[in-house]
Amino acid sequence: MTTIQTPVDNGVNVEALLGVREALANTPEIAQFQWRTEVSWVNGTHSRSSVDTFYGLGEQQQHKTTFTYDVDHPLAFASQDNGITPVEYVLVALGGCLTAGIASIAQRRGIQLRSVHATIEADEDIHGILGADPDVRNGFSGVRVTYTIDADATTDEIKALVAQSQKRSAVYDILTNPTPVTVDLS
Amino acid sequence: MLKTTAIVVGAGHCGLAMSRCLAGRSIDHVVLERGEVAQSWRTQRWDSLRLLTPSWMTRLPGYAYRGDDPDGYLAAPDVVELIERYAKESAAPVRANTTVTSVRKDERGYLVQTDQGLWHGRSVVLAPGASTVPKVPALQGGVPAGITAITPADYRNPSQLSDGGVLVVGASASGIQIAAEVHRSGRPVTLAVGEHVRMPRTYRGKDILWWMDAAGVLDERYDQIPDLIRARNLPSMQLVGSPERTTLDLNSLSQLGVHLVGRLAGIEDGIAQFSGSLPNTFALADLKLGRLLDTIDAWATDAGLDGGDPPRRFAATAVPAHAPLTLDLRSGAVQTILWATGFRPDLSWLDVPVFDRKGHVRHDGGVTPSPGLYLMGMPFLRRRKSTLIDGAAADATDLSEHLTHYLDSN
Repeated sequence: MTTIQTPVDNGVNVEALLGVREALANTPEIAQFQWRTEVSWVNGTHSRSSVDTFYGLGEQQQHKTTFTYDVDHPLAFASQDNGITPVEYVLVALGGCLTAGIASIAQRRGIQLRSVHATIEADEDIHGILGADPDVRNGFSGVRVTYTIDADATTDEIKALVAQSQKRSAVYDILTNPTPVTVDLS
Repeated sequence: MLKTTAIVVGAGHCGLAMSRCLAGRSIDHVVLERGEVAQSWRTQRWDSLRLLTPSWMTRLPGYAYRGDDPDGYLAAPDVVELIERYAKESAAPVRANTTVTSVRKDERGYLVQTDQGLWHGRSVVLAPGASTVPKVPALQGGVPAGITAITPADYRNPSQLSDGGVLVVGASASGIQIAAEVHRSGRPVTLAVGEHVRMPRTYRGKDILWWMDAAGVLDERYDQIPDLIRARNLPSMQLVGSPERTTLDLNSLSQLGVHLVGRLAGIEDGIAQFSGSLPNTFALADLKLGRLLDTIDAWATDAGLDGGDPPRRFAATAVPAHAPLTLDLRSGAVQTILWATGFRPDLSWLDVPVFDRKGHVRHDGGVTPSPGLYLMGMPFLRRRKSTLIDGAAADATDLSEHLTHYLDSN
């Protein structure tokens, strides 16, 4: 019997990513990125954010198009629900980051993915944001991500993909470690 | 000015292994040592520390352990004695109490300034010891006054610490060993755990290092592994050398009552902040150990060694029900911080432009970009075992050969 090996294709250009890593050895300054968004208040708790440029690889960069995001609070908060809440964007960002990592690492490790799905839940006690209990923090008390992955790999190999994606994830790091934040008025 | 062909800086096991190889090749040389032979082992090791490698693994060029406990682990004074004896038997040309203050290049080689005069050599081998200067992260600046900071290089035993709690930062070999002994002394320990390499002391009836040695894992070469940057930055194995051959891991520390928290990520207004990534930190180490055991088991089958103890897998590292994200360092609960956050070599006297942007010497398996200048004893220098005493022989053999070719062609 002959086995025909199909090349693994998760749609990730790993060679390009490795190329960047190689380039960094000689020009570490191109690793410095800056991410940006603009936000404008619309009405009530509704605001709209747009994202179109960022800086990286030594020059200004432009997304293919300007992406806009409505941010609001739900009817349960007596708001208009014109968009998801800010904290839900955090979950969207975490899921997007980890899943991109899983695809990239799988590609690098020669693992063909068939499906990747995650459920993300975060717990928040709104005593904090309402100022009703000084002992309760504003943010999440915990975040749980549960992946279901179908891939040509052993269970431990799939577990290692999920672990490594956390290790290399920017949003996971942002959520699990403190970051200095300044908010100024111009 | 004193002249020789090769100058070895440092008379630890690496420098002496190189000296032995150079002597075998009839290359005139001298070994310059700031203190006495095995200086770090005399001055920078805590009382209970034993080698992490079993005594039979103490193999140096032309020398091997010959005591009556090959499966035991040498205490620091025994290591000093062994290295001293090796220096004597090798008749190594050691100049003790000779501190190198600068190494510079000239047209014919290198000028090595010491506090005992100026040397010139055509070639220089740096064997400064990878564990000489404790690395302490910049966030130490946030530690409130009144808390005593200490590193494994100054630590001797628990009685030198104040009564009261201790925050141990780092869970590699030093951190876990000191955490266990300090906690047992009645000083409650919180252990901040970042990336670590989990390792059982024994597996299937033998020392884990026996398996790694036999299966060729320790011989993996720097130019044949997929990610050298990662391999060179791996923390030390979580091991302890004890007469009982105990496995000391995070689960056993938890059982002792040590509190496990995430990596120390910041200190803000006197409050230590720990990473929320502890579950994944555990998962990464457990999975990595699983892969090592898979490699060992596969090798054992191929080698026909499946007759003995069967393969097994260890319980996952248990995530504490409550791992606090903060610890108020002003509350009095913590009296001492012990920075078990790694070591680096002291090469502050090296005035040759071979450093990368992070201050590490650039090298290809110990061969620096400056012709005739070599480096030894660093993590994964040429092989996975390069920082073990047992790794010095192969590296010294390779590098002395390279050095000989260099001398012959110049």
